[in-house]
Amino acid sequence: MSLQSGWEAVIGLEIHTQLATQSKIFSGAATAFGAEPNKQACAVDLGLPGVLPVLNAEAVRMAALFGLAIGAEVALESTFDRKNYFYPDLPKGYQISQLAQPIVRGGTVVINVGEGDKAVQKTINLTRAHLEEDAGKSLHEDFAGMTGIDLNRAGTPLIEIVSEPEMSSSAEAVAYARKIHAMVQYLGICDGNMQEGSFRVDANISVRRRGDPQLGTRTEVKNVNSFRFLERAIDYEITRQIELIEEGGTVQQQTRLYDPDKDETRMMRTKEAADDYRYFPDPDLLPVVIAPETLMAWKAGLPELPDAKAARYQAEYGLSAYDAAVLTSTKETAAYFEQTLAAMGSAGDAKLCANWVSGILAAQLNKASLDTTHSLVRAEALGQLLLRVADSTLSNKLAKDVFDAMWAGEGEPDAIIEARGLKQITDHSVIEAMVDAILAEHPDKVAEYRGGKDKLFGFFVGLVMKAAKGKANPQQLNEVLNVRLGPCGAGD
Amino acid sequence: MSYHLKTLTELRAGLASRAFSARELATCFLNRMATHDGALNSFITQTPEQALAAADLADKRLAAGEEGALLGIPYAHKDIFCTAGIRTTCASKMLGDWVAPYDATVHQKLNAAGAVMLGKTNMDEFAMGSSNENSAFGAVKNPWDHSAVPGGSSGGSAAAVAARLVPIATGTDTGGSIRQPAAYCGITGIRPTYGRVSRYGMIAYASSLDQGGVLATSAADCAVMLQVMAGHDPRDSTSANVPVPDYVAQLNQPLAGLRIGVPRQWFTSGLDVSVAARIDDALLELEALGATRVAIDLPDAELALAAYYLIAPAEASSNLSRFDGVRFGYRCANPRDLNDLYERSRSEGFGPEVQRRILIGTYALSAGYYDAFYVRAQRARRQISANFAAAFARCDVIAGPVAPTVAFNLGAHSSDPVTMYLEDIYTIPVNLAGLPGMSIPVGFAGTRPVGMQLIGSAFTEARLLAVAHHYQQHTDWHQRMPAAYREDAV
Repeated sequence: MSLQSGWEAVIGLEIHTQLATQSKIFSGAATAFGAEPNKQACAVDLGLPGVLPVLNAEAVRMAALFGLAIGAEVALESTFDRKNYFYPDLPKGYQISQLAQPIVRGGTVVINVGEGDKAVQKTINLTRAHLEEDAGKSLHEDFAGMTGIDLNRAGTPLIEIVSEPEMSSSAEAVAYARKIHAMVQYLGICDGNMQEGSFRVDANISVRRRGDPQLGTRTEVKNVNSFRFLERAIDYEITRQIELIEEGGTVQQQTRLYDPDKDETRMMRTKEAADDYRYFPDPDLLPVVIAPETLMAWKAGLPELPDAKAARYQAEYGLSAYDAAVLTSTKETAAYFEQTLAAMGSAGDAKLCANWVSGILAAQLNKASLDTTHSLVRAEALGQLLLRVADSTLSNKLAKDVFDAMWAGEGEPDAIIEARGLKQITDHSVIEAMVDAILAEHPDKVAEYRGGKDKLFGFFVGLVMKAAKGKANPQQLNEVLNVRLGPCGAGD
Repeated sequence: MSYHLKTLTELRAGLASRAFSARELATCFLNRMATHDGALNSFITQTPEQALAAADLADKRLAAGEEGALLGIPYAHKDIFCTAGIRTTCASKMLGDWVAPYDATVHQKLNAAGAVMLGKTNMDEFAMGSSNENSAFGAVKNPWDHSAVPGGSSGGSAAAVAARLVPIATGTDTGGSIRQPAAYCGITGIRPTYGRVSRYGMIAYASSLDQGGVLATSAADCAVMLQVMAGHDPRDSTSANVPVPDYVAQLNQPLAGLRIGVPRQWFTSGLDVSVAARIDDALLELEALGATRVAIDLPDAELALAAYYLIAPAEASSNLSRFDGVRFGYRCANPRDLNDLYERSRSEGFGPEVQRRILIGTYALSAGYYDAFYVRAQRARRQISANFAAAFARCDVIAGPVAPTVAFNLGAHSSDPVTMYLEDIYTIPVNLAGLPGMSIPVGFAGTRPVGMQLIGSAFTEARLLAVAHHYQQHTDWHQRMPAAYREDAV
């Protein structure tokens, strides 16, 4: 959406990322999603009298990996604090979090905004990322006016990733959220499932008149469980705030919920009655200490991350910055691309693979609302298909037909080509014969072409292709036509 | 029989030689509880059935030739340690019928050792108090004088041991809750170094100060029990991964050359003169045994008291948030809505002193007050630790009073919380610094016992126990017991 002229938006995101540990952050209970309510909550998660938290070292490692990946300062010593508030799905009456000394401070990510040649890069600074425990869930339906509590999620490890308020549009915010989403999956520290709440984005949004040095009053929008909803929620909120101010009103500091059914945000609570969380250091937990050698070993073991991979694709395969960014935007897409290329073996053509993976495949996935891992055409099969393009068996157009057949479950590419008789005609003498036959049928047009009417070249191509049922190798056809017709305007 | 007049060592020997069985032993003490506890109210829950079953199991293990310092030995738990299947109340209406589904680490260890739990003792609600009058199950009486308090918060354990209803009991000490009742009841108590005994399953009052320990009739008995309770626990991040020495073997380490530091600031007008006189007697005795008395400075006791009454309530206000009427414990009748559920469950479930400390703690942590109260209190705490470090440069142990007076009368301080808080002025600095401390009986003022406090540097429990043991080898204050409880029960 385009901002109303004279206004600018200021957006910062807080992203709650569930870490993919086997057990909870302070207990040995499992973290798997979807278990029967309260079956994955032990005495510690239930906050029973007398229990004590013991920190899961794997959660620390995962948080540190994130910090290393964004070039942040990973604290060799960080501490846990208690955030005190009453809520039925918060078993202890406080959440163990990190306020004063978070494990990760600073860091940056580079986002790509816009498409193709118009894409621009922007660097977003992060404020911090800290470890904390997730709360349980309040179930307001199905209990006839009562509220049910499911504490399975209580104690699931989170890192809350906080950005600086440096984004100025929903597109930038989505690009940033997608980049963080990609990073945590590259790192293997989060499954990224937004529907199940593994990756939850809250947006802080304010608007101000362009050039105004003062920030406007912000609202926080919660309950956004897809990137599409994030975009729509931000756009809605920006418009709402601008209209409010233009009508003489003022923005209230509020927490608002996004309702995807109505595509609007609604007030959840005002921040004026702000909770005083009475943070203080948790006396049950010692400081989290990471040895410098351990941190160095973790850093050395980092996987190739999106930016590095994109740079490699440009250098190694000669891809454009935009194509490289698209292909590396998720771990799965990059893996698919690399598998497709590998399946082509020595005939591998990276640009061809890149075009197909980011073009035809992406469009098809989008149409079917599938992600790359659920593609109906496997990377190996696509590689086989592209081999037939590379060796001129198929034109791009025919290859698309074969791809569609593969998507429809008709089998392997070579079998489809064979069954449909789609094999391209590459026999030079056959093409010459076809060209000669067509030219003989149209002496008048040949004369016009030779008289300078160069547009007729396409006319002849079309007629030969029609005769060849589209299977003539286009490049060879062009060559033969050029030779047989001679230079345009050469006269008889 | 008179098992109640025997030391733990004698009881062990009798069990080992099969002179008597664990069942006979348990039965004797259960009878004493049945006879006497109506007057004392030292138990919240008596568990005779489970006790006899545990005793029978211990007899089987003894018959199989198993040896163990506590195998078949009866004891009582302060009702703050979680025991699976047996209610754990913390002397609160909030947990009046709450049964933990798990055992505290300390309870697991005592079970594994074959100790026989006879019941769970009364205490100040959530361990908040110095007189055991803040109990939803009624006040406990001092066996020496039923008009006096037994001290608190481990008042039930102290009274039960003093009356020999059990030979030994667990306690917890956050600001003096083992040492002060031990002093008031004329018995021996040890609060170990913070982190020495696991806090897992010990319901938290103030997490950075709480520590489990022992109340017994002698230092030697304390050593036996502490040996079993101490040690690192992976379920308690603050428990110390420091080897546990053999406390019993080290009881006889010589006193010669021991420097006993006596804080000048503790023997001033605030201290009852007869308490001061008894402590002086005890110090003379220790000097006669080879120790040297050194005057030391231990300033800032008032600062410590103020810091404690900010830090402990601050932590308590958070620790006790889980008692919200949602998942366990007391829930008010017919709540109108969520806030009503919270407000009434907590107002009706917690007693006045607990509510007072929750309010103090909530205030101290509130935005705008945090720096002025909590942060400054933590600074004061570091100052107290530094004072002790300086003192221990000049001495090996510190000796002084446990409390300013002997046991006061029931109801004497109930309308004045601040006077009650002053009870803890000599014990609290030890908790703030995380140090081990003991109380040993050193005589009487009138009919009421006087206790002397011994304080060591971190993880020097063995030395404290040895000092107390030497003293007890040459005095008989620890063997005195209230006349009304001397005879065998029938």
